[in-house]
Amino acid sequence: MTAGGAGVSGRQSAAYGPDGRAHTVNSAIDIGDLGASVTEGVVPEGVPPLTEQTRREIREIIARYPRARSALLPMLHLVQSVQGYVSPDGVALCAEELNLTKAEVGAVVTFYTMFKRRSAGEYLISVCTNTLCGFLGGAEIYAALQKQLGVGHDQTTPDGQFTLEHAECLAACDYAPVVTVNYEFFDQESVETTTALIDALRAGRRPDPTRGAPLCSFKEMSREIAGFPAPERAAAAVAGLALGKPTLAGLRLAAERRAGPPGVPPASGSPAPAGKDA
Amino acid sequence: MPLTPVLSRRWNDTESWTLAAYERSDGYRALRKALTMQPDAITAVVKESGLRGRGGAGFPTGMKWGFIPHAKPGETSGPGVKPKYLVVNADEGEPGTCRDLPQMMNDPHSMLEGIIIASFAIRANLAVIYVRGEAVHAMRRVRAAVDEAYSAGYLGNNVMRSGFALDVIVHPGAGAYICGEETALLDSLEGYRGQPRLKPPFPAISGLYGAPTVVNNVGTLASVPAILLNGADWWKKMGTETSSGTSVFSLTGRVARPGQYEAPMGTTLRELLEMCGGIREGHQLKFWTPGGSSTPLFTDEHLDIPLDFDSVAEAGSMNGTSALMIFDDGDCIVRAVGRWIKFYAHESCGKCTPCREGNPWMVQILDRMERGQAHEEEIDQLLDICDNILGRSFCAFGDGAVSPVMSSIKYFRQEYLDHLTQGGCPLDPARAGQRDLAVTRS
Repeated sequence: MTAGGAGVSGRQSAAYGPDGRAHTVNSAIDIGDLGASVTEGVVPEGVPPLTEQTRREIREIIARYPRARSALLPMLHLVQSVQGYVSPDGVALCAEELNLTKAEVGAVVTFYTMFKRRSAGEYLISVCTNTLCGFLGGAEIYAALQKQLGVGHDQTTPDGQFTLEHAECLAACDYAPVVTVNYEFFDQESVETTTALIDALRAGRRPDPTRGAPLCSFKEMSREIAGFPAPERAAAAVAGLALGKPTLAGLRLAAERRAGPPGVPPASGSPAPAGKDA
Repeated sequence: MPLTPVLSRRWNDTESWTLAAYERSDGYRALRKALTMQPDAITAVVKESGLRGRGGAGFPTGMKWGFIPHAKPGETSGPGVKPKYLVVNADEGEPGTCRDLPQMMNDPHSMLEGIIIASFAIRANLAVIYVRGEAVHAMRRVRAAVDEAYSAGYLGNNVMRSGFALDVIVHPGAGAYICGEETALLDSLEGYRGQPRLKPPFPAISGLYGAPTVVNNVGTLASVPAILLNGADWWKKMGTETSSGTSVFSLTGRVARPGQYEAPMGTTLRELLEMCGGIREGHQLKFWTPGGSSTPLFTDEHLDIPLDFDSVAEAGSMNGTSALMIFDDGDCIVRAVGRWIKFYAHESCGKCTPCREGNPWMVQILDRMERGQAHEEEIDQLLDICDNILGRSFCAFGDGAVSPVMSSIKYFRQEYLDHLTQGGCPLDPARAGQRDLAVTRS
C-alpha cells in the first residue's frame, strides 16, 4: 500500500460486473487496512518517545546531503527505528527539522511501502507473491503463513511479534520463491521451510538468512537502513557469506567450458573456495 | 554463442566484494588510466564502444554523458554553470529483474569505479547511489565499499592525488517500484513522493536540484571500467552491431538451473536454455518475458530471436533488463497476467488518470476472468482499456503495464476464452504446483 497512494489506497470505488455484484478495488487488490491519520493522533502507550538523541541523529542525516529535504526518507526510517512505525510524532519532528508542514511529510510517508503506519511487529515477514515467486510456491507460502499467524496483509499478531505482508517483486527471482524477515532473504523457500522458520522465531531462535546479516529486530533494521548500523551489522558487510548456486550458475558453466570474453583469461567459476557454496 | 563473464567475472573470487580482492583483479586500474585522460576523451571511448544503458531503455551511455552542458569561458548563467550530478539507479524492482543485487553484493567496486570514472567524465563532484530500501544486504556491501574507497583515496577531496574531488552518498529508498523511473527517482531523492516529471527538460539539463544530471543503472556503470581498460573495440567484439558487449541474462522460473548467465547481447533463448538445463522435466515452454514484466510476452515462436535491443524490438517486444522469466505449459496465462496487473495497480504512482484508474479496472476484469466469471466481450474491453493507457501517461509505467495484457491476448486469446466457457481455469492446478519445484532446487 504505497505507491498507490493517490491511486488505489483508501478508496472503495465500486464497479459492477455482469453478475450485478459490486466488486471493489480494495477487495481485488487486498491493500489492507490503511489505519489512522499519519499526521494526527496520540501515540499509544508503550511506544518509546522520540528523544533529543533522535533529533541529533536527524541532523546528522541532514548534514549528509547538499539540500536538507533529501534527508527525508532516511529520517523517516530513523523515526521508525525508534517507535516501530512512523507515528504522528515522527512526522511532526521531521516536519519541524526540515521546516515543512506535517501534511507535506505525511504525503511522503503514505507513498512508500516501507513506512508503517501502525506499530510493526518484531519481525516483518514479507512473502513475494508476484507472478514468478507466486507460481513457484509464494502464493501457497503466503496462504500458509496467514493461517499459521492468524493475520492478513499488513497486520500484526496480538503479541506484537509478527507483521505479515505480501510483497511485490523483491529482485531475487533466481532464488524464487523468496521470503524476507526484516528484509533479510530466505531463498528458495517452501511452505515447510517457511512455517518452520516462523516456529523457530516464535521459540526465540533466529535462524540465519540465506544471504545478508544475522537477523535483528524490525527497529534495528530500520536504524541500519537510516545509516546507523550496529557495529556487528556493519561487520556483516565484510563477512564471508554463502553465495547461492543461481548467482554463480553462468560463471561456473563458463569455467567448465573454458569460455570467456575475447583476450581475457577464463574467470574463476570453479572450483569454489571453501564456504562459498550454498 | 559463448558465455562471456565481464561484469560477473569476479563474483566467485575470494571475498570478491572487498577492495583488496578488487585491486588484485585489475581493480581501479581503469580509473588510474581515466585520470590521465581528458574528460571528454573518456566519454568518446564510451560512445565508441556502443554501450547502451542496462536499466531497460537501452539509451546510448556515451551520448547521455555527452548531453551534459558545460559552461564556456565567461559564461555566467544557464545549466552549464550549475553543479553536475551523477545519480545511480540501484532501485532494482522490475518483476523478473535480479542482476543488480548480485552485482552490488559480490562486486560493488566495479560499479563504484564506474561511478568515479563517469563523474570525472561529466565533471560531477557528487554522486548518489539510490539503493532500493528493501535491498539492505546489497546496500550494506555498497556502503562498505564506499567507506573503503574513501580510506584508499579513490574518493574524497583529491581522488588519487589528481585534484579531482568526488563525494558519494548511499541513499536508501523506501519501497516504491516507480522510483526506478529516473525522474521519479530524482523526486524521491529530493524528499518528495516518487512521481515522474514531464520530459523535456531531460535530467541532462535539469535533473537533481534542477542541475545537469546523468542517471545510470548499476550494470551500465559496472561495464565502464572494463571498456576503458580493454578498449571500445574489444567491447564491440561481443554482441551485435547496434547492441554491443555482454549482458547478464537472468533466467528464472521453470528452468532446471535458474540464475545469472552473462553472454553477448544477441544470444537467443534457445542458446540460454541449453546453458541452464532447459525447461523443467516433462514440460514445454509456453510464454516468457525478454526483459521483465513490462516487456511484451514472447512464446515458443521466439526461441531464435537474438536478444538485443533492436532484434527484440523488431519482434514486437523490448529487451528491457534481460530478465527472462520462463513459464511452461503448466502455467495459466490469465493468472500470470492478472497477478502482474495487481502489481501495476499497486505501484501506479497515481499521477496520471489512465494508469491510476485503468490498472485497477483491469485487475477486476482479470480477477473474474480467471474464475471464469467474465463475458467474452470483456477481452476486448481489456484491450480497450490498454488502448487508453498506452501512450497516455507521463512515464513508461503505463506502457509497461499494458504489455502483458496485450501480448497475452494476442498469443493466448483461446486460453482466455477457455476460462469463460469452462467456468474456470482449464489447467490442472496440481500441474503447476509447488511439488514440481523440486527440479529447480537441485
